Amino acid sequence: MTIMSLSETNPTTATVTSPGFPEQSIRAADFDGFYGSFQALKGISLDIPRNQVTAFIGPSGCGKSTFLRWMNRMNDTIVGARASGTLTLDGEDILRRSVDVVDLRRRVGMVFQRPNPFPKSIFDNVAFGPRLHWRHSRQDLEDLVEQSLRSAALWNEVKDRLHASALGLSGGQQQRLCIARAIASGPEVLLMDEPCSALDPKSTASVEDLIRQLRTAYTIVIVTHNMQQASRISDQTAFFFEGSLIEAGQTETLFTNPRSKQTEDYVTGRFG
Amino acid sequence: MTDAPHVPVARRLLANRMFLATCITCTGLAVCVLAVLIVSIMMDGVHRLSPDFIANFASRKPDQAGIRAPLVGSIWVCTICALTALPVGVGTAIYLEEFAKRGRLTEFIRINISNLSGVPSIVYGIIGLTAFSRFFGWRAGAEPIELGSPDSLLYLRLPFGSSVLAGGLTLALVVLPIVIVASQEAIRAVPNSLRQGALALGSTHWQMVSRLTLPASLPMVMTGAILAMSRAIGEAAPILVLGAPLMVLETPANLMSEFTVLPMQIFNWAGRAKASFQEIAAAAIIVQLAVLMSFNALAIVVRQRLQTPLQ
Repeated sequence: MTIMSLSETNPTTATVTSPGFPEQSIRAADFDGFYGSFQALKGISLDIPRNQVTAFIGPSGCGKSTFLRWMNRMNDTIVGARASGTLTLDGEDILRRSVDVVDLRRRVGMVFQRPNPFPKSIFDNVAFGPRLHWRHSRQDLEDLVEQSLRSAALWNEVKDRLHASALGLSGGQQQRLCIARAIASGPEVLLMDEPCSALDPKSTASVEDLIRQLRTAYTIVIVTHNMQQASRISDQTAFFFEGSLIEAGQTETLFTNPRSKQTEDYVTGRFG
Repeated sequence: MTDAPHVPVARRLLANRMFLATCITCTGLAVCVLAVLIVSIMMDGVHRLSPDFIANFASRKPDQAGIRAPLVGSIWVCTICALTALPVGVGTAIYLEEFAKRGRLTEFIRINISNLSGVPSIVYGIIGLTAFSRFFGWRAGAEPIELGSPDSLLYLRLPFGSSVLAGGLTLALVVLPIVIVASQEAIRAVPNSLRQGALALGSTHWQMVSRLTLPASLPMVMTGAILAMSRAIGEAAPILVLGAPLMVLETPANLMSEFTVLPMQIFNWAGRAKASFQEIAAAAIIVQLAVLMSFNALAIVVRQRLQTPLQ
C-alpha cells in the first residue's frame, strides 16, 4: 500500500515548517490495530503534517478514535489492544516496547470527548502536568499556568478565581481548561477526540476558534463527527471507514472533489 | 396517544402518601429505640459521672471505682489499631482497585475480603491470641525475649503476650475488612475519565494514584475509617480472648503494658449483682458514647475540611 501523503514532504528539511512544505510530525505506514482478535485498523498509511490541523472523519466504530489513541499509547490501558506496522513521531518509533510512554504523553497531549477537569482548583488542574515532569519554582509555575490559560483563551474568564474549583466552570470553559492543561506540559502534538461533542453551539464556536489559533504552535489531530466542523477548522482531512483509511488530502479537495465514491457519499450526508 | 386505561390519579396519590407514611414510621422507630436506650442509661448512670469517676482506677468499692485504666487503654488500643489498619487497608484497596489485573485470583481475594467483614470478632480474638500473643506457640513455656528496658517507651517483648500492642493489632484485624471494602468503594467512585486524563498528561501509575485518585477518594475513605474506628472502640470480645486482666490499676506505659478497654470494664461491671455496679456500668457507657461521638465529630470535621476545595 502506498503512503497517502497529505502534502508534499521533504524528510531532509528538519526544521522547515513553511506552509507549502510542512514536515510530517506523525507518520503511519501499514499500521494495523487490534482489540484481541478483532482488527480495528487495517493497513493505515498516513502522514500528519506539523503545525496543521488534521481532521479524522468517519462513521462511529470506523477506528478513527482507536488510531488517535495509539498516537499517545493510551490504548496500553486497554487489555488485549495491540498494534503492528509503523507509527512514528518525529521519526521515532512510538510502538517500540521500550518507548517511555510517560515522556511520549508529555509530547503528545490529549483532549477527551467529555471535559474531564480534575476535582481540584483551576490552578492545580493546569499545573498538574508540569508538576509531574518538572520542579518549577512557584513563580515559574504561576507564569506557566497563566501562559497556558492565555493560550487556551480562558485567562480573562478565570484569572480572578484561579483557586476556585474547576468543577464550577461551564462545559465550554471546562473543555478549554482541559486544553490549557494539555498545553501546560509543553506538547508538540495535541490529539482531540471529538472535543466539542458534549458542548453547546456557543462553546463549540469558542473551542473551534481556539483550535484555529493553536495550530501555529502545535500539530493538531482532531476526531470529529461534525462534517461542518472538519471543513471549518482543518487543513487536512482523513476519511476512515470500517477500519480502513479510504481517502486523505487537503480538506477543501476532499469535501468538494473527493476521489472515492464512499467519501463523496459520506461527506454529502448520503450515509453514515 | 394510547388507548390503554388510565391509572386513577387519586390512587397514585394515595400510594404515594402511604409510602411516605411507612418511611416516617420506620425512621421514627429507629429514633425511638435509640432515645429509650440513651434515656434509660442516662437515668441510671448520669449521677455517677464525676471527675473522680474519670480519674480513679477500678476498685472493689463502687463508690471509689473509676474508668481511668480502661479509658486510657481504649485510646492506646484504638491508636495502634488506626495506625496499622488504615495504611494496610487503604494500601490493599489501592492495589486491588488500581494495580491488580482483573482475574480470577483478584476476584477471589475481593470476595473473601467482603466475607471477612462478617466474621464474628471473637474469631479474630482467637487469631490475635495465636498470632500476636503467642507467635503460634513459638517459645511456649520459655521466658519471652526482651528488647530494651521495661521502663522505656520502646520496650518490646516477644511474643507480645496480652499487651496493648497485641490488643491493637487484633482490633486491626477486626476492622481491616471494613477499611478495605470502604476504601475500595471510594476509589471505584472516582470516574475513569479522570484516570485517563491523568495518564494522558504523562502520569506514571503511582503519580496518578497519589495525586488524583487518592485525594479525590479521601473524603469517602475517611468515612470508612470513621466506621471502622467506631467498631474498634466498641469491641470487647477479641480483647477478652487475649486474656486482658479484669482489674488494671495502671495506665499503659509502653506497647508491652497490660491494659483493659471500656467495653471490657462495662461488661465486667454490668455482670455484677449489686445495683451500684450497674450504675457505674451505665456511667461508663455514657463515657463510651461520648468518646464515640467525639471520634465521629472529629472525622466529620476532617472530611468536611478535605471536601471544601471541591465545592
